[in-house]
Amino acid sequence: MHIDELNELAEQIRTQHQSCQHCVRVCMAASCQSSGADDVLKRLEDAAPEGDQVQVKSVGCMGLCSAGPLVEVRSRGDDQPIMYQHVESQDAEEIMGSLGDSVVQRLECPTSIPFFQRQQKIVLENSGIIDPEDIEDYIAADGYSALVEALTESSPAEVLNEVNLSGLRGRGGGGYPTGLKWSTVAKMPATQKYVICNADEGDPGAFMDRAVLESDPHRILEGMALAAYAVGANRGYIYVRAEYPLAIDRLKKSIRQATRKGLLGANVCDTPFSFDIEVRLGAGAFVCGEETALMQSVEGERGQPRPRPPYPAELGLWGFPTLINNVETYANIAPIVRNGGEWFASIGTERSKGTKVFALAGRIHNTGLIEVPMGVPLREIVEEIGGGVPDGRRFKAVQTGGPSGGCLPAEQMDLPVDYDSLREVGSIMGSGGMIVMDETSSMVDVARYFMEFCMTESCGKCVPCRVGTYQMHELLTKIAAGKGTSADLALLEELCEVVQMTSLCGLGQTAPNPVVSTLQYFRHEYEEKLIRDEFVDMEQQTEEMEAVS
Amino acid sequence: MIQTPTPNVRVVTFKIDDRDFSAREDETIIQVAWENGIRVPSLCYLEGLSVWGACRLCVVEIVGSPRLVSSCSTRVAEGMEIRTDSERLQAYRRMILELLFSERNHVCSVCVSNGHCELQNLAQQCGMDHVRVPYRNKVYQVDSSHDLFRVDHNRCVLCSRCIRVCDEIEGAHTWDSKGRGIDTQVITDLNRPWGESDSCTGCGKCVQVCPTGALVQQGTSVGEMHKDRKFLPYLSRMRDAQ
Amino acid sequence: MSESKKITVATTWLDGCSGCHMSLLDIDERLIELAQQVDIVYSPLVDGKHLPETVDVGIIEGSVSNEEDLAKAREFRRHCKYLISLGDCAVTGNVPAMRNLFPLDSVYDRAYQENVQHNPLRPNDGVPALLDVVKPVHAVVPVDLHVPGCPPSADTIWFVLSQLLEGRVPNPNEVTRFGA
Repeated sequence: MHIDELNELAEQIRTQHQSCQHCVRVCMAASCQSSGADDVLKRLEDAAPEGDQVQVKSVGCMGLCSAGPLVEVRSRGDDQPIMYQHVESQDAEEIMGSLGDSVVQRLECPTSIPFFQRQQKIVLENSGIIDPEDIEDYIAADGYSALVEALTESSPAEVLNEVNLSGLRGRGGGGYPTGLKWSTVAKMPATQKYVICNADEGDPGAFMDRAVLESDPHRILEGMALAAYAVGANRGYIYVRAEYPLAIDRLKKSIRQATRKGLLGANVCDTPFSFDIEVRLGAGAFVCGEETALMQSVEGERGQPRPRPPYPAELGLWGFPTLINNVETYANIAPIVRNGGEWFASIGTERSKGTKVFALAGRIHNTGLIEVPMGVPLREIVEEIGGGVPDGRRFKAVQTGGPSGGCLPAEQMDLPVDYDSLREVGSIMGSGGMIVMDETSSMVDVARYFMEFCMTESCGKCVPCRVGTYQMHELLTKIAAGKGTSADLALLEELCEVVQMTSLCGLGQTAPNPVVSTLQYFRHEYEEKLIRDEFVDMEQQTEEMEAVS
Repeated sequence: MIQTPTPNVRVVTFKIDDRDFSAREDETIIQVAWENGIRVPSLCYLEGLSVWGACRLCVVEIVGSPRLVSSCSTRVAEGMEIRTDSERLQAYRRMILELLFSERNHVCSVCVSNGHCELQNLAQQCGMDHVRVPYRNKVYQVDSSHDLFRVDHNRCVLCSRCIRVCDEIEGAHTWDSKGRGIDTQVITDLNRPWGESDSCTGCGKCVQVCPTGALVQQGTSVGEMHKDRKFLPYLSRMRDAQ
Repeated sequence: MSESKKITVATTWLDGCSGCHMSLLDIDERLIELAQQVDIVYSPLVDGKHLPETVDVGIIEGSVSNEEDLAKAREFRRHCKYLISLGDCAVTGNVPAMRNLFPLDSVYDRAYQENVQHNPLRPNDGVPALLDVVKPVHAVVPVDLHVPGCPPSADTIWFVLSQLLEGRVPNPNEVTRFGA
């Protein structure tokens, strides 16, 4: 296929779409499905008039998961679509009846609120708009044009150059420059190379990758194919956790569709480039999101990390150079190649380019998925887009970066959200989970919760993580129960440092972060829970006296 | 994989604890250190087995790098400045040893390996003389089902030497591990008693590489020191009869 | 040097076998040298039954297994300026702590029911109640020096005491280890 043929196909599909008067989109991502979107879709399809006047379509995530099931009506000639929230199956007839005539006001979800207005979508540009199970919908939205154009008109080095220019950094949490990673793999002399998509999203409260996979799976395939072309790989793996059955289903369907269209497989677009993608399922171990453990798991071994270096770029899957990126990273690739690296670099801040998807969860009005430019103040995300803390309670902290991240207090609310600013204040960007907590949350309990998560998810290979997380959890439990002493707190802090500095992989190295950051901003909450110990205090007094004298 | 010597490797010069050294660039820090009498502590590393990098006792500082690296898995490089024994490293190592001692039931005084145990020696070498974190006091079983050997999980440090030697050297892969995190445990076959193992060749390599008293030969514990004195009344009776 | 200027030492045994005290006596003729410099004011080995208000050095053998042990460890910490954990039981819990692997009830049953022929009965007074978990001394009070060993050899004990007498903080790791 040449780019002109693809464009022609896209135009054809768009014309077909335009023939219908009203397009009724039903969110069929996991969250809306779990609140009954299946029935809504079925009843809407039943209620739809014969002919192609009305098209009922299942689409991916619309973002405002707390208001699901969501239905959007877009009528030809109207600029603004109408969005309906909390739709139930019995509302179907009423919605159908109102098409082109009126608005079902009791269901209407105002789209003028900051939640919708303040977002800027690149990764989620097709989310909630296209049918994720239909490759033609993706093609109509300029899908695969970047791949076809690159394969037929650009060299791998030119693709690489655009990614370098874009300034994109890894969206899985580390923030490593994507272009640099790609260049390293591209420069390896090996004949066999691999590309892996890390879709083992496991942070509590994070569902960005799931939404992308469920809503726009072809975007990932296109990103991976572009990566494979740029680095010289011919085989790809998508490592998805088995807890995402819908995502897995859609990925597999998409791979079949793309292969049938000749966009994957042998000699893509009649060029020498061949690329096959296989989906591998994770069995629920959080540590398999760590790249070396992930590769072990793909190889069929026990999912345990190994020391780095050597990095996967040098010694990866089955000993061959391997490129591993996260879902959201790949989701940015097609737009970058299509619109140019400079376009991407014009969004965001000096050192953090582009946009970032966040999953808002916890004590916040609008829970769901948002995409904002890098550098947006935390306050804007929490108070405006998120709609603030509900029930008249007071905001206390926002947890970013999952079990590897930290808790930021109200004083940090004006912080621009980017990789470096977050790191400076003791948290991390992470993969994009944001959990908001109000005044009723105890920060010791929060730290204990995350430590419990890391303890149960530790693979058990290295000593500091295996036993350190256990002992830190014991200490936090003791302190939370009001039985800890100042000696326990001191020991906890010492353990934090040892586990951070000596653990084998990122899981252990970052496991103490929630404790460290809550101690940094909410130390008094720990101290209030301590009990006085005659002997510990005696020793401290002696030390203090010695220090004075 | 890391240790396979490749032809035409360069020789590099570097510093360990302010002393100058040269070595092939495919050598690891721990190899060079041990060859030159610098005792970087380690539990999981064993010359001849693949690198595991899990005990973290061998972590060292590289000047100019904020991160610590495990010296068993890191190769030397030109101009590298390595510190193996800073106060910070000593403190970390003591804590790692404390964690190990707290994890299982290492009661040195009644252990068959008392006096021949790498964990015990490391505690002394690193100056770890008491454990500040609470002991877990978790019950572990002893598997004595094998005719020749015994595994006492109370003494296991999960260094995986047994797993690696069985897989890489003997080729039997009888040993593996089950569970994760603090619940990780070494197993024989698919968690069957060792004595029922079809794959075990009885070579005893695992016993020889075990750093502690977790894997031992049968008949070496105090309780097994049976005295057979039945000969005495018999002999004395026969003599009296003369 | 007058008697009153001598360094005062108190010793006690908690849950253990008293082997560490035996090892102390094993320093043999060096006891005489020791007696010239220190005054053992309280110990199972001497007559004094009253722990003075302030003692320079306290030495504890044995683990903290029952309420009396706990009270004694605390009493020592309150009265002793410098506290030494002597031997593996005091330092790690050691053999007494091996009962931690069993529920306390089954420990009582084994001791007072299963192995008793006449009138098996669990005592409820006259014997100190066992703690749920046997702990090393430093788990209940801060300890200044840990001397592992089961028991620490006479030479180890002499090394530690003579270093202290010379005003140095000894490093017992030079001469002893767990289980030594």
